[in-house]
Amino acid sequence: MDMTTPEGGPAGGAPGSEGRVLVDPPAGTEPLLRLRGISKHFGAVQALFDVDLDLPAGQVTALCGDNGAGKSVLTKTIAGIHQPDKGEMYWEGRLVHIHSPKDSASLGIETVYQDLALADNLDIVQNMFLGRERLNRLFLNEDSMERAAAETLASLHVTTVRSIRQPVATLSGGQRQAVAVAKAVMWNSKLVMLDEPTAALGVAQTRMVLDLVKRLKDHGLAVMVISHNLNDVFEVADRVAVLHLGRMVAQDRISAFDRESVVDFMTSGRSSRQVATSGSSQGRN
Amino acid sequence: MAGVDDEQGGVKAPSDIAAEAEAAPDLTAAAVEVIPPEILAQSLRQYLRAWFTRVRSGDAGVLPVVAALVAVTIVFQIVSPNHIYLSPGNLVNLFDQSAVFIVLGMGEIFVLLLGEIDLSIGYVAAIGGILAGEFVQPDINWPWWAAIAAALLACAGIGALHGIIITRLRLPSFVVTLAGNLFWFGVMIIILGPAGGVAITSTIQENQKVLSGIVYAYIDPVISWIGLLVIVALLGGSMWLRDTGRRRSGLVAPPVGLTLAKVAFIAVAGIAVVAICNINRGQYLPIIGVPWVVPLVLVVLGVSMVLLEHMQFGRHMYAVGGNPEAARRAGVGVTAIRTWAFVLCSLTAGIAGIIYCSQLGGITTNINGGQYVLYAVAAAVIGGTSLIGGRGRAIHGLLGGLVIGAIYNGLYLLGLQIQWQLIATGLVLLAAVTIDALSRRGATGGSLVRV
Ligand SMILES: Nc1ncnc2c1ncn2[C@@H]1O[C@H](COP(=O)(O)OP(=O)(O)OP(=O)(O)O)[C@@H](O)[C@H]1O
Ligand SMILES: [Mg+2]
Repeated sequence: MDMTTPEGGPAGGAPGSEGRVLVDPPAGTEPLLRLRGISKHFGAVQALFDVDLDLPAGQVTALCGDNGAGKSVLTKTIAGIHQPDKGEMYWEGRLVHIHSPKDSASLGIETVYQDLALADNLDIVQNMFLGRERLNRLFLNEDSMERAAAETLASLHVTTVRSIRQPVATLSGGQRQAVAVAKAVMWNSKLVMLDEPTAALGVAQTRMVLDLVKRLKDHGLAVMVISHNLNDVFEVADRVAVLHLGRMVAQDRISAFDRESVVDFMTSGRSSRQVATSGSSQGRN
Repeated sequence: MAGVDDEQGGVKAPSDIAAEAEAAPDLTAAAVEVIPPEILAQSLRQYLRAWFTRVRSGDAGVLPVVAALVAVTIVFQIVSPNHIYLSPGNLVNLFDQSAVFIVLGMGEIFVLLLGEIDLSIGYVAAIGGILAGEFVQPDINWPWWAAIAAALLACAGIGALHGIIITRLRLPSFVVTLAGNLFWFGVMIIILGPAGGVAITSTIQENQKVLSGIVYAYIDPVISWIGLLVIVALLGGSMWLRDTGRRRSGLVAPPVGLTLAKVAFIAVAGIAVVAICNINRGQYLPIIGVPWVVPLVLVVLGVSMVLLEHMQFGRHMYAVGGNPEAARRAGVGVTAIRTWAFVLCSLTAGIAGIIYCSQLGGITTNINGGQYVLYAVAAAVIGGTSLIGGRGRAIHGLLGGLVIGAIYNGLYLLGLQIQWQLIATGLVLLAAVTIDALSRRGATGGSLVRV
């Protein structure tokens, strides 16, 4: 199964290297979600290799990594879109199997996908409630859904859309992203994962999403944010996890990192300016 | 190096596929690029202005099909012998003929909405009509309602079979239903047996009389007026209450004028239909009244509209048609929705088949199901349903079916043979698809300008 070649195939990492990162959860607390040894491949591509990850409640975990590191695949695996080839997931200490997006939603996991998961032909309200429509006996309760959607958007200061009933196809990229974020936080969830939520956003909307992330954390939710913007990461994150070519190469409290070490881990899978992490894999080059 | 290249090629392919899959929904994205005017307008005047802007930007909505209907009407009224095109008798006849196209088109819309197609419903409809006819023959003689229910159940089963094959074996609906078109044609011939046909023309068999009465029995004028009053009052009242309620609580609602205009339009159209049908159209014996097929078509239309626009199931159909991956991530049972779409399509086709059987007094092996299914697709597309999926309404079947029926009827009056009818309908379909494509292209251009 290991496709890595000494000649430096695309999968990179040294063959047989022990990529495990030992994670010490804060004493006495079981993280909300704990991944152990998650692997996932697509054909010849080993997208995730033996990944461990802890997402504690009340903390923001920033997931970093270069393009193609496997961040989105990991997110989708937790969300139930991809099934892992092996590995375990523990939710509140309990072994769980997430087979579908419905499963993850029923656990209390909400996801903002990088490739925005909105239906262009539906309007904002219809998208926000997709799959969880409010019903009035047999029929859609449009009034109630529209009111709730409007409240959520207002609380997120999403004020630039002209009408909450306009099809998503008529929105700008940033507006779509704002709708996707609003869709994820509208539900009483326990874990919110945001895959590059600010990538297409303007200054004000980025501010709004970062504030929102902090607010979610203050409400005791576990938050996982993927971002390439280290300013954002160091502003909101309590913990940092770094993926490199599908392996988790570093994971610790943010105080254990500085910008340079995060960049080192992202680009080469190792850092000479090791601060406090215990054991990381030694990717070559 | 070659080995490495190979490997990289192999590595890149899946992400290319993923990229393509992600790019695909954008085709549909362009289909609805302009904000519908009724959402933003505060007054009827603003609405009209926004509507004109939208039409000019290329997204003409139902305008082309209504214009086509008006144009066809004017032309045929002028050229038809003795100008009988708009006579009450011919108008009722025209609707009877259109009914099959309308209902078939409404069936096809269920699958077109998902970006699928069903090319078998011509013969599925025929089987529905034949089964209903067979069940009221003297040797079986089921009550008419049981005959209809059993026939529709059989059609739904055929649709379920199509849907299951398409979703479980992951085959294109185009191919599966093309195979179905041949398969059910053969099954139809077997059912009809050596007689080669089934007739429901008996004047003593009560249940046959009910079936043939779908087209050839008429509602008492007084009752039809009362029925119209009730329908307009209920429909208009609920539209009015809903819109004013939403307006009062600050929800998005069309301007008052638009609500009133819609209610008025329903009332006027209803009055026109009932009035025309209640003029004597008999040449020797008086023939008066609305044929039962009119309320039947309206019921199919109403049920489809409620299902698609006011129920969770319909919402999920639009979602799957617009972006199946988004629907899946939102927890929608995409496979179930797709299967049900084929069930609904074939079930509705069964209703069309029963109407056909009623109108022609039976069905023989001469029925051209392959042509009817093309008319069904044409009706939906002419009405404004997109072949790409995600955009379509039940009303499109009514509008498109009327256009096809009008052409069919008008050319028949002129004594022109089937070949001209085929050519004319083909041209109208081509025009409809062109308008659809142009509006999408125009809308995309519009969005580029706006961004
Ligand atoms: N559905 C898929 N099918 C095949 N390969 C996939 C699929 N999804 C992801 N991959 C591959 O898995 C690897 C990791 O991709 P992923 O999308 O997780 O990267 P990422 O870390 O999110 O990068 P980015 O920062 O660019 O978003 C890539 O090599 C990608 O090509
Ligand atoms: Mg990604």
